[in-house]
Formats: sequence, structure tokens, C-alpha cells
Amino acid sequence: MNPIYLDNAATTQVDEKVLKAMLPYFTEKYGNASSQHVMGQEAKRALEDSRSVIAKSIGAKREEIIFTAGGTEANNFCLKGCFFAEGNKGHIITTKIEHDCVLNSCKWLEKQGCEVTYLNVDEEGFVSVDELKGALRPETFLVSIIHGNNEIGTVQDLVKIGEVCKEKGIMFHTDACQSYTKVLINVDKMNLDFVTLNSHKIHGPKGVGALYIRKDSKITPLLHGGGHEFGLRSTTENISGVVGFAKAVQVAGNSDIRYMNKLRAKLIDGLLKIPNVTLNGSKGDERLCNNINVSFNDIEGEAIGGYLDAYGISSSTGSACSSNTLDVSHVLKAIGLSHEQINTSIRLSISKFNTKKEIDYVLEILPKIVEKLRKMTPIKL
Amino acid sequence: MKGFGNYSKEIMRHFTDPKFVGEIKNPDGVGEIGNMKCGDVLRISLKVKNDKISNIKFKTFGCVAAIASSDVLCELAKGKTIEEAKKISNAEIIKELKGMPSIKEHCSVLGAGALKKAIKNYEEKGNSNS
Repeated sequence: MNPIYLDNAATTQVDEKVLKAMLPYFTEKYGNASSQHVMGQEAKRALEDSRSVIAKSIGAKREEIIFTAGGTEANNFCLKGCFFAEGNKGHIITTKIEHDCVLNSCKWLEKQGCEVTYLNVDEEGFVSVDELKGALRPETFLVSIIHGNNEIGTVQDLVKIGEVCKEKGIMFHTDACQSYTKVLINVDKMNLDFVTLNSHKIHGPKGVGALYIRKDSKITPLLHGGGHEFGLRSTTENISGVVGFAKAVQVAGNSDIRYMNKLRAKLIDGLLKIPNVTLNGSKGDERLCNNINVSFNDIEGEAIGGYLDAYGISSSTGSACSSNTLDVSHVLKAIGLSHEQINTSIRLSISKFNTKKEIDYVLEILPKIVEKLRKMTPIKL
Repeated sequence: MKGFGNYSKEIMRHFTDPKFVGEIKNPDGVGEIGNMKCGDVLRISLKVKNDKISNIKFKTFGCVAAIASSDVLCELAKGKTIEEAKKISNAEIIKELKGMPSIKEHCSVLGAGALKKAIKNYEEKGNSNS
């Protein structure tokens, strides 16, 4: 059996079509898009064509897309750039289930004098629009709420949240790294002013992302230099990267979503047949088509991952044991799970490249692993 | 080449194929350490014959390192006299496992602690019998 990769929320395999589209930009079409000569102009065209593809995919205009080196940079740019443009003051509203790059940017901003409210979520991971309304202040300048959660897959209702922001005239940002190409995003319908996008979660290359910035938004650049990206992000453009990113968006289709939905349902059904297993996150349709997160009572997540890895199956866990800081997952904590439940969680995230056969194999192996580890455990919850 | 989680081959061997899993019936000593909140719980049960640990088993809730270090602890302790077993240190467990990622070293702390508790439990029982 070949390795079975079920950690696609971490990163994905680059699609062959993407790689093929990128390759000429390393050895043949390697010009600098700022150069006036033929090769420079060729690079410039590739850059702008790619920008158009990304813009169109979310209902934006071409000049509203700023390429970045990834999702983390785009989130940092939005939060810090808006705070600086605001005159280093004001109030941001975000949630307790954001990616670390949003949470740690907010913590840093608090040290610079920014006030931040971290909204709670319910047991399935949903933000309450009423709580958001209650948190708004006259000095609130930005609401930043993750679209599809990276750990539990919960997809927020951005239309409803966007309405609240528009009504109050507050800028609205979403981190859409996990949901992009999996859930429809429309910047006008959702009243979005900023959207963070990312390439390597959608079978594109690593090191590329984008920030959608609604025209005339107040944001201060973080990188100053030659005035690239409409003066908002200076540095020589990563042409092969953005070409790959755009290709990844073009090859992503609704049939992939339907396929992943089926595989996910099969995997969840099979896992829930194992005794004392609970599904974490959204129980309904508002869940990313590639996300599965479950807790196995009485056995530790990293140990499950260790066994899965021994069988060639890649997974991830919210357990304290697996993190660099030995802290449990802040997302699972926010949905009300106890430390005991968090330490027994694993995340399996699929992609269009996974097969039914692979899911069958996982469902054959996992119950055996669970049984073995439950024989080892002194715990009985 | 290091395996899962940058663990050594020795750790992965003890983790995937532990020899001392279980609980001894009518044990001479039992020791439990850790709690679910911090993530690891280890219970050691042992039998003593002629002042030597004749049998020892573990049950562990914990990560790869916790399970591997529990198994190595039992391997090290079996056949040793009580006085020898008391001297088993965390450093010895780590050495036996050919090293451990530094962030994981706290896991093996459980091993030596649980054994000491089990031995103490045995000695207290012994005293009450005499």
C-alpha cells in the first residue's frame, strides 16, 4: 500500500497540471515583471493574467488582488496594515478559533495599543451574530473572522456577518485559506473588504497567497521598496508561484467538492461505528468537504497518529503532546471540549487525490489501532 | 533516519510493539502517576520474589514517547532487586531509547516516578504484614 495522505488541511500535493504550468517560468520565462524587455513583459503578462484568475474566482476586480508569500503574510498584512492606517489605535473583533497567525498578530497588536475582542463560538464552532453585535464599539475598525476552520471544518455564515459589518460601516476580513475553492466566496455578497487566500492548500505551490483588498480601503503596506503590487507590497514577484496558484484555482471544480463530500461521509460514518468516538465541529452541511475531526475516548491522539503513521497513514492531532508548546488545541478548547477530550482527538483531512480504497483501508486499520491502545490505557471515561 | 515525530527507531519499536502492557493480578505493588489534564497517566503493577522484581506491567494513557518509555522502564526493572530498581533514572530510560526529542523528556519522568511509587507501595505493604 502506498502512503495514504490524510493531512490535506496542513498542505496538499501539487497538481500535475499546476506543476506543468509553472515549469517554464523557472528556466525559460524567468524575467522580472518590472523589466521593460520582452522577457520582463512576458512575466508581467503572466502575473496579471494570474491576478485576473484569482480576482474572478471571488467576484473581485483584478487590481484588488495583492499577491503575498502565503496566508500568514496576508493575515498579518491585513490586521497590522489596517491598525497602522487607523493611526495605531482602535478596536478589532475576531474569534477564539482563528489560525495562530491571526491570534498571534492580534496579541502583538494588543501590545501596540490595539484593543481586541475574541468572540466565543458555540459547541459546533459557530460565531453568534448577536454576540458580534454586542461587541461592536464606536472605535471598532475591523472584524476578522475565519471562514472555514482549519481544525474542525466549521464554515461561518459570512453573508450574515458581512451584513452587520456593512450596516455599521466597519471593515470586514476573512481568512479563507481552508475554504477557498471549497466554499463559494463572493466579496460583494459577503460585504468583504479583505480576504486571505492561499495556494498550497488547494494543490498549488507553497510560498504564495493573496490578500483581496477592496478598492480604496485604508491599509498601510508592510513591505516598502520598488512599489510592486500597486505599491502595497514591494518585492520582486514570484511569477512561477502565482502562475501555479492561478492554475490550481482553474483546475478546482465543483465535482471535486462533491467527490470529497462523499469520501468524507464514508469516513465519518465508518469512524462513528467505532465505540466511544465523537465527531468534533459542525455536525451539519456547514462543514468543509475535506475535514474530519474525532475524539477517541481514553486514548491519546499523538499515539493514534504514531500508529497510523506506522501504517503509512498521515494524520494530525489537537493533543498537547503533538504541539511545539505542549498546549492543547485552542479551537477544541473554544468549542467546550475538556482537556481529556482534546488530548484524544485526531484530524483527518482528505483531498481529491484520496480514493475510496484508501478510506476502506483506514477504516480497516483504525479500529485495530483503537482496540490496541484501549488495551494499554489505564483510563476509562 | 528518524521516524514519526522525530522519534528514534528504538522509541518506535517499543511504541509499536510493547512487551509489558497489562496489569498484574494480585500485585505486590502498584504505582500511578500523572493526570488526564496534563495528558499522560501511567500505572505500574509489579510482583516481587526473593527481593527481586519478578514481573512488571504497565498501562499508559499518553503519547508515543510515554508508551515507549513505560515499556523500557519495565524492561529495565524486570529481574532487578528492589534496591537496584530504585536507582533507575529518567536519564537511563532516555539512554535506552537512544535519545528523545527534548520537548518530550517530561514523558519519561513519569516512568521512574511511577516505579518508585509502586516500590513504595510494596514496601509499605511489607511493613504492614510483618
